[in-house]
Amino acid sequence: MHIAVENLTKRFGAVCANNRLTISFAAGQIHGVLGENGAGKSTLMKLLAGFIQPDEGRIVFDNTPRRLRGPGDALVAGVGMVHQEPLDIPAFTVLENLLCAAPPGVFRSRRAAQTALLELAERLGFPVDPAARLDQLTIGQRQQVEIMRLLLCGAQVLILDEPTTGITAAQARALFAALRQIAAEGRTVLFVSHKLEEVAELCHTVTVLRNGQVVPPGQLPMPQPQEYLLELMFGEAGAAPPIYRPLPVIDAPPVWELRNVTVRSGALQLVDLNHRFAAGRIIGLAGLDGSGQQVLLRLLAGQLAPDRGQVLVNGRDLTGAGSLAFRQAGVEYLPADRLHDGMIGALSLADHFALLQHGGLMVDRRRAEELARRAIADYQIKATPITPIAALSGGNQQRAMLALIPPNARGILAEQPARGLDVASARAIWGRLQARRDNGCCVIFSSPDLDEIMEYSDEVIVCFAGRIGPPIPRALLSASRLAELIGGVGFDALVDVAR
Amino acid sequence: MEQLWIDLAAVLAAASPLVIAAMGETLSERAGVINLSLDGTMLLAAMTGFAVALTTGNLALGFAAAALVGAAVAAVLGLFSLTLGQSQTAVGFVLALLCTDLSSFLGAPFARVPGPAVPFTPIPVLADLPVLGTLFFRHDPVIYASFLIVPATAYLLYGTRLGLIVRALGERPAAAYARGVDVTRWRYAMLVAGGALVGIAGAAFSLDLKQGWSYRHTFGSGWIVLAIVIFGGWRPWRVALGCYLFAALEIVATRSQSALPNIPTQIVQVAPFVLMIFVLALVNLASSPAAMRRVATLPQIWQRPLLSAINRLRATAPAALGQPFERP
Repeated sequence: MHIAVENLTKRFGAVCANNRLTISFAAGQIHGVLGENGAGKSTLMKLLAGFIQPDEGRIVFDNTPRRLRGPGDALVAGVGMVHQEPLDIPAFTVLENLLCAAPPGVFRSRRAAQTALLELAERLGFPVDPAARLDQLTIGQRQQVEIMRLLLCGAQVLILDEPTTGITAAQARALFAALRQIAAEGRTVLFVSHKLEEVAELCHTVTVLRNGQVVPPGQLPMPQPQEYLLELMFGEAGAAPPIYRPLPVIDAPPVWELRNVTVRSGALQLVDLNHRFAAGRIIGLAGLDGSGQQVLLRLLAGQLAPDRGQVLVNGRDLTGAGSLAFRQAGVEYLPADRLHDGMIGALSLADHFALLQHGGLMVDRRRAEELARRAIADYQIKATPITPIAALSGGNQQRAMLALIPPNARGILAEQPARGLDVASARAIWGRLQARRDNGCCVIFSSPDLDEIMEYSDEVIVCFAGRIGPPIPRALLSASRLAELIGGVGFDALVDVAR
Repeated sequence: MEQLWIDLAAVLAAASPLVIAAMGETLSERAGVINLSLDGTMLLAAMTGFAVALTTGNLALGFAAAALVGAAVAAVLGLFSLTLGQSQTAVGFVLALLCTDLSSFLGAPFARVPGPAVPFTPIPVLADLPVLGTLFFRHDPVIYASFLIVPATAYLLYGTRLGLIVRALGERPAAAYARGVDVTRWRYAMLVAGGALVGIAGAAFSLDLKQGWSYRHTFGSGWIVLAIVIFGGWRPWRVALGCYLFAALEIVATRSQSALPNIPTQIVQVAPFVLMIFVLALVNLASSPAAMRRVATLPQIWQRPLLSAINRLRATAPAALGQPFERP
């Protein structure tokens, strides 16, 4: 289906999120839509998928203007959207989720739906178990289920919003192959992203949004030079390459030391860990989802107690001491789900600083607001001391979380520190983490994004199927070698050599 | 032995209003709306049903009026919580108090007046079966209805497409909306349908189980139904089991009163409530994360059967229960 928008405008209060957009997307192709956070990508996609209605302008499907009253309307018209966090029902099985409120007449029976699902899964190369509960699946698998649901419900246009956030490299490859096939079958794919490499690899055309407008007006055919696209997205500032800082040499005891540690979480068991994590390093944990990175991070944060062995922090034995003792020893943990277990959405930055105050019955509000003001200036957070955290954008939330880490922290554990952030925000976050490292902090982070691991780590630790590899200096590692190790190729040899 | 079956049949009969009300509440909570007015609604409906049946001489009209009252109170709750976005719990609680007082105010002329009652209707042939006949087929239509409504609710929720939509409303209304479901309209529908069942449950008290009308006629059973729905994990069969357990406790308490006349009646009346909450809390404690951790320290052979038992006991609330839905 060919889709077009003409003079499409959407305002939220005083902000004009989409300003007289005119674009068209041809059928049978994959169209990239690029832009930094807040450029208006999401607004445009939500308008096309019927989640919100335009203030002015019109949406045209196959030369017929359409008024979409809701996402149900849009799906009947043939447009389906896959959200960054798939909009499915976690408590349902894959099959129940597929059947729930499907357009009338699409599935005649439960069995028919299952057959259709398995057929499509086979064709797209997505492994799927119709009886599995969605909350037992990874984000990547849920995304695959959602894509198949929309296609089976008759979507001719598939919109994907940041689809590679939070999924593994293998899942991303499977996704790309499936999207190519979907486009080859004559459907239209809109691929919204801020990752240039992905757009370059996958898309036939690209549309760049900046401040709610298309720059330059109209679509560009791919390929385009990366510097040019960066400049379109961010203006001049975005094109600057990251600055490489040489590793400082710090003479200090290891921040963490693991002695013969065995730890278990759910079905995953890490056996006989012997590691020393030195100060002044950024250590990247690479591996497929659920290979043990999170277990290791939680062990180092004191949230998991080892079944056997010793955990030493700054030379002190803190085995089984609990996360509070770890925090007092200078260990900070930044979880991936910022609002779920990182910060309290309804409280402001000043409130968070007040929470950190110890002793006394009363809150010293003046001091807390003073600290919040200083953090806002230091970390360039777009907020006031009293803005609720939930009202901040993802990048600002992440910066706020970093700002809350006390300056004397010795170890920072970060799960996907740049998750869901655009290039500029991610660089800002990494700048902060590098500054911490230069001050003698040990930063350990996990990320499904190999480029992020390669770009920012001083040492890389590969996790494979519940086994933790030895640290490899970044300088000795190539991207292709890392990809192999993550898949287990040569992993055994690596462990043997370390021994 | 024969006496045991008769006692069990009495339990099944005594639980009938609770079961009907609990299924109504399960439906609306599955759709994400807590109808906290349940106890008040039951009282007001019980009074109205009795008054209508008494003045018209028509039992069916009495039940219809009770259902209408239940639906109307639910609609008021819907107006404030779903349309105007107020807190479901606050509005529901106020409605519970309001309806309770309204029932005693408006029902004063009907208090302690003899009136019509649902007739005993054993089912021919089936009633003569040994054991089964005594247990299931020597009752009246309201009790038969309470037997049928549990599988009907379970089938609706787990066997039909409507059930999928209802559960989606309670789990993730945004996902239902993305599929083109009018969330508010369907929540209204389930809330009002559930309210009608609660109303019928009220009439099941005043026209059947505890015939007549008096001040606080249902003696707080609405509140215990709310607790049973929660501890029953919003699953129809488990919720029904909870209702039967409570009815059994009540009957045991009444029996013990004649056996031990020294115990004050207040204790006998309240004991089932306390015992019920205690039992329900124990069940939930057994399936808590703390219990899971305890199990994980046991030898391997024990772990598997215990964990599967715990998983069966575990009940999670509909994820969006009580939360307002706003269109994006």
